[in-house]
Amino acid sequence: MTDAVDAFVAGFIVLSAVVGVVTYVTLLERKFAARMQSRIGPYRVGPHGLLQPIADALKLLMKEDIVPRLADRVVYNLAPIVFLIPGMLIFATIPFAPGLGVADLNIGILFFLAVSAMEIVGLFMAGWGSNNKYALLSAMRAVNQIISYDLPFIFTALVPVLLAGSLRLSDIATAQAGLWFVFYPVIGQLAFAAFIITTLAAENRVPFDILEAESELVAGFRVEYSGMKFALIQLGEYAHMVGTSFLGALLFLGAWAGPGPAWLGPVWFLLKAMGVFLLVTWVRWSFVRIRVDQILAISWKLLLPLSLLLLMATALVVVLRSGPGV
Amino acid sequence: MEYVSLLMVFAVAAGVAGALMGIPLLIAPKRTSPAKQAPFECGKDPVAVAEGRFAIKFSTIAIFFIIFDIELLFVWPWATIYRTLGWFGFVEMMVFLGVLMLGFLYIWKKRGLEWE
Repeated sequence: MTDAVDAFVAGFIVLSAVVGVVTYVTLLERKFAARMQSRIGPYRVGPHGLLQPIADALKLLMKEDIVPRLADRVVYNLAPIVFLIPGMLIFATIPFAPGLGVADLNIGILFFLAVSAMEIVGLFMAGWGSNNKYALLSAMRAVNQIISYDLPFIFTALVPVLLAGSLRLSDIATAQAGLWFVFYPVIGQLAFAAFIITTLAAENRVPFDILEAESELVAGFRVEYSGMKFALIQLGEYAHMVGTSFLGALLFLGAWAGPGPAWLGPVWFLLKAMGVFLLVTWVRWSFVRIRVDQILAISWKLLLPLSLLLLMATALVVVLRSGPGV
Repeated sequence: MEYVSLLMVFAVAAGVAGALMGIPLLIAPKRTSPAKQAPFECGKDPVAVAEGRFAIKFSTIAIFFIIFDIELLFVWPWATIYRTLGWFGFVEMMVFLGVLMLGFLYIWKKRGLEWE
């Protein structure tokens, strides 16, 4: 019984931290984007705009909740919750330092990828339940794109698994104590590049953002959402993105490894994850949107064969280095 | 035990999301009008409702995905115990992935991957 209470408390603490970090990540992105475009960004609410996320949250909390007349009310109202839960649940598997995390599963990375792929259920529910042409089109495009990029994503995530020889996330992190996988000759860099590209697609970021393409689909699958439901969808999207950034930092950048005493580990981990996040944001403000057929061609004709070859090459390197019959 | 923690996180996440959706019911204004509740269509009157007919390409891509996703199921355990398998594991998986790639090339050759 006390174990269950402990788990409840641990889960609550992690979720609170996640909601806090994710809320402020929106400010980080806006400030970063503003700087890239020689603007200042949010500045009026609090010193240097530091209270902006809180003001946004309060405003959305007090907005009228409009349900379109033709919407499928059950699906429409359930969708934000279904969309948010996977984004929160993926954080439960991440070890933030040795022994510091909610659940360090022996199938950690498999669980992470499986749960994070579940977001398309909530996404499609939102698009379908709105009963709006833009939303439905956007949801169809989203499912099409996310499942296409899931395969190369899994293949590249398998490269660190092969190098570390374990599915447990903390084992993968400790296996990089000597050499971060991103510095592994050739294989590491290619895998990291493929990981960033598939992350961009899986998170629906520019240049792969056809599902919300403002000029044609307005706001995509969330066009009918307002007030708190809109906020929950945004929260889920950013949580998913921050979670994937943490996964990238864990798989390739050595997780909590860094100079200084051991208690600085989680800080290093957070900094690395934010580095991955800012890399993704940088791409967002540097590229133009590409067409749907190009998106599918990149995934199926380029990334899928190449990531498979990369996996084969990694297997060859691992077996050569560990010697015959080992 | 670890899965109990995950269940707890699931419960907390669902509870927080539900509570956040409940708060606006108490404090948000509620002034509806037919215009507000109409489906959004850039300010025009809605022409027709959204319907479920879509290009067959979406389904084809989904079928390809399922094929590959099921094959991937066998790669996960292989990657975990790969070190203990050695060369045997390498050759076996190369044969498996080779057959998979033949099927993939067939799809490609049949123009199944073209979006037209």
